[in-house]
Amino acid sequence: MKSDSRSQAVLLTYPNWFYFPAALVFGVFFLVPTLLAFYFSLTRWSLFDAKFIGLDNFKLFLSDPQLLSGLRNTMIYAVMTSGLKIIIALPLAMLLTSRIRLKGLFRGMIFFPVLVSTVAVGITFSTLMQPSIGVINTALGSIGLPTPDWLGNPRLAIFSVALVDVWKGIGLAMVIFIAGILSIPLEYFEAARLEGGTWVAFRHVILPLSRNATFTVILLSFIGGLRTFDLIWTMTHGGPGFASDVLTSVIYKEYQAGFYGLSTAGNVVLFILVTAIIYPLMRFFQGKELEL
Amino acid sequence: MKKNQMLFKVLSILCLLSLLAACAPAATPAPATQAPATQAPAATQAPAATEAPTAAPEPVTLTFLHWDDQTTRDQIKAVTDKYVALHPNVTFNFETMPGGADGDNIVKTRLATSEMTDIFFYNSGALLQALHPADTLVDISKEPFMTNVVESFIPTVTQEGKSFGVPFGPAMGGGILYNKKVYAKLGLSVPTTWAEFEANNEKIKAAGIAPVISTFGDTWTSQLFVLADYYNVEQSNSNFAADYTANKAKYATAPGAMNGFAYLDESFKKGWYQKDFATDKLDQGLKMLAEGTGAQYPMLTFALGNIATNYPKAANDIGFFGIPGTDASKAGATIWMPNAIYISKTSKNIDAAKEFLAFLTTNDAINAVMAAVPPTGPYLIKGIKLPDNVLAGVKDIAGYIDSGKTAPALEYLSPIKGPSLEQFCVSVGTGQMTPADAAAAYDKDVEKQAQQLGIPGW
Repeated sequence: MKSDSRSQAVLLTYPNWFYFPAALVFGVFFLVPTLLAFYFSLTRWSLFDAKFIGLDNFKLFLSDPQLLSGLRNTMIYAVMTSGLKIIIALPLAMLLTSRIRLKGLFRGMIFFPVLVSTVAVGITFSTLMQPSIGVINTALGSIGLPTPDWLGNPRLAIFSVALVDVWKGIGLAMVIFIAGILSIPLEYFEAARLEGGTWVAFRHVILPLSRNATFTVILLSFIGGLRTFDLIWTMTHGGPGFASDVLTSVIYKEYQAGFYGLSTAGNVVLFILVTAIIYPLMRFFQGKELEL
Repeated sequence: MKKNQMLFKVLSILCLLSLLAACAPAATPAPATQAPATQAPAATQAPAATEAPTAAPEPVTLTFLHWDDQTTRDQIKAVTDKYVALHPNVTFNFETMPGGADGDNIVKTRLATSEMTDIFFYNSGALLQALHPADTLVDISKEPFMTNVVESFIPTVTQEGKSFGVPFGPAMGGGILYNKKVYAKLGLSVPTTWAEFEANNEKIKAAGIAPVISTFGDTWTSQLFVLADYYNVEQSNSNFAADYTANKAKYATAPGAMNGFAYLDESFKKGWYQKDFATDKLDQGLKMLAEGTGAQYPMLTFALGNIATNYPKAANDIGFFGIPGTDASKAGATIWMPNAIYISKTSKNIDAAKEFLAFLTTNDAINAVMAAVPPTGPYLIKGIKLPDNVLAGVKDIAGYIDSGKTAPALEYLSPIKGPSLEQFCVSVGTGQMTPADAAAAYDKDVEKQAQQLGIPGW
C-alpha cells in the first residue's frame, strides 16, 4: 500500500515535462538530421540547392564498381578484427585475473592504446610500417624475415590496417572479459580446481560462463568494424587505388568530391546494412544470454 | 501548484540556457580567426562603399584562408608583409587548410554555411566552378585592376560572364622534372618522343637509378602522366575539350586520350618506379630527384621551388620537359594556370579586400613574391619580366611558351574533372587495373561529376 502511494507521488513530482530536455537534444541532434538524411538521399544536393531525383542516387551507388570490393573489405575487416580480439583478449583476461605479479601494470599497459586518439595511432603506424626504413621492417629484416610493403601492397593493405585495429582495440575487449570472468561465482572455480585445473577451469567454467562478455565483445567490435573509417583513412586513404576501401571510405570520398546526395544515399545503405546484420545477431545473442 | 512551480523552474532554466547559447558567438569580442556566426545574414551585411579608401583609414582585419604548404606560406607571408607595411591599418589573420580533396571540402562547406574568411586562396578552373562562384563570391570583373591581369587567365576564374579572382603565384608546367646531372653522366638527351623516353629509361635503370619517381603516398601526384599528357591529346583531337564537355569525347575512345593511363601501366610493368613508390610521398620523391637516386619525376613545376628551398645546391640541376608524344616535331608541354585569390560574398570587409586584390596585380606584389620564393614559371600579370637568373627548369618551360608549343590543362578548358582520377591512376600504376578499364571507369566518374554540376547534355 505504502509503496503504491509513494510511486504515485513520484509520478506527480516528475511529470512528463521532464522528458523534454532529453527529447529536445535527441530530436535536434539525432532525429531531425536522420530524417533529413533520408530526404537528401533522394536529391542531387550541392549544399547550395537540392534537386529531387528519386532513387537515382541509390542506383548509382549500388552500381559503383568499387562498392563490391568495399563491401568485401568491410566484411573481412569486421570478421577479422572481432575474431582476433576475442582470441587474444580472452587468454589475456584470464592471465590478468589470475594471481600474478604486476597485474595492475600489465592491465594498464594493455589498455593504454584504447586511450590514444585513433588518428594518432594511424599516423604513427603508417610511419612504423614504412617499407624500407620503417621500424617494423628494419626489425624483421635484421632477423632475416621477409619485409613486406605493409600498406603499399594492394593485397596486404587491408590486413595491415586490421592488425593495427586489433592492437588498439584489445584493451577494451580484455576489460570486458575481465569483468565477465570476475562476475563468475567462485564456487565454480573451486569445483574446477578439484576436477582438474586450469584447462578444466577454462574449458568448462570461463568459456561457457563468460558468454555474455564474449557476445558484448563480438557485437561491439563487429559494429565498430562495419563502421570503421578513421584508421583506414589515416593509414591508406582506402588505397593503393581502391584496394583497402571500406564502405565508409567509399561514402566519404563521394562526400569529399561534392556528391552530397549520393554520399547521403550511401549512408542510408550503410545504416540499413548494419541494422540488417546486427539486429538478428543481437536477437540471437539475447536468446542465449546467461543468468549467473 | 507545486507541479506548476516545477514546470516554471524547468522552463526558466531552459530559457536561460538557450539565451546563453544564442549569445555565445555574438559575444566573442575579436573577429580574429573566428568565422562569423552562422546566423549572420549573407551578402546583405557588406558595407556600402561610403568613403574613399585613402581618407583616414580605419583599422581593418582581413581573414585569409590558404593552403598549408611551405611555398604557399612563404609567398603569402611575403606579399602580406609588404602590404601591411604600405597599409598599417590592415592586419591579416591567417587560417590554413590541407591541399587536395580535404581542402576542397573545407572551402565548399565554409562557403555553403556562410563561414568563409574574407579572402581565400584556391584553384582556378574546374575546381572553382564547383564552388558556385556566382552565388558565393564577389564579382570583380568590373574592377579597374583586372586590366592588369593577362587575358588568357581571365576565363579560368569566370562563370556566367563574371570574374572572381586575381592570379597569385606563377603559372606552372606539368610534365617531367629530370636530374640533369644523371642525364649528363649517362650521356642522355631530352626525349622528344615516348620511344626515346623508353630508351632513356632502360639506360637509367641499367645504371642502378630509378628512371621514374612515383609517389602514390600523396595520391594526387599520380595524375601527372594523364593530366600533363593533355597537350598531346589535343594534338590528335583539336576539339577534345569542347567535345568532352558536351559528352561527346571519351577517355576510353578518343584517339590517344588513354595514353596517360598506358604510361602508368608501362612504368609499373617495366619496373621503372623506385622501390617504395606505392607509399612514398611528394617530399621523398623530390629528395630522390634532387639527390639523383631517381632520374625523372612526373610533376608540376611548382616543385622546383621546393627543391630550391630544401636542396639549394641541386636547384639548377633540375630541368623540365613535357610528356613526350609520338611526333618529335610537335613536342610540347601542358600548362597549369596560377591559383587565385577570391573574396567571399559574406565578407564584411569587401572594400578592403578589393584593395588588397588590386595590390596583388602590381609589380610591387610580384617582386615581393619573387624575392621570397624563386619564380617557378611566368606570372600572369602584365609587364612582369622574369629575372635572368631564374632556375634552369623555369627556362625550359619558358622555352615551350615562347615557341607556342603549349596547351592549358584540361581543367582550365572544361568545368568537368572527375574526382576519382587519382585513385584510378594509382590502381593502374600498382597493376590492379588495365589502362582500358581505368579510362572507361574514369569516363563514368566524369559523368557523375557533370550531372552533379548540372551541365547540359549529360
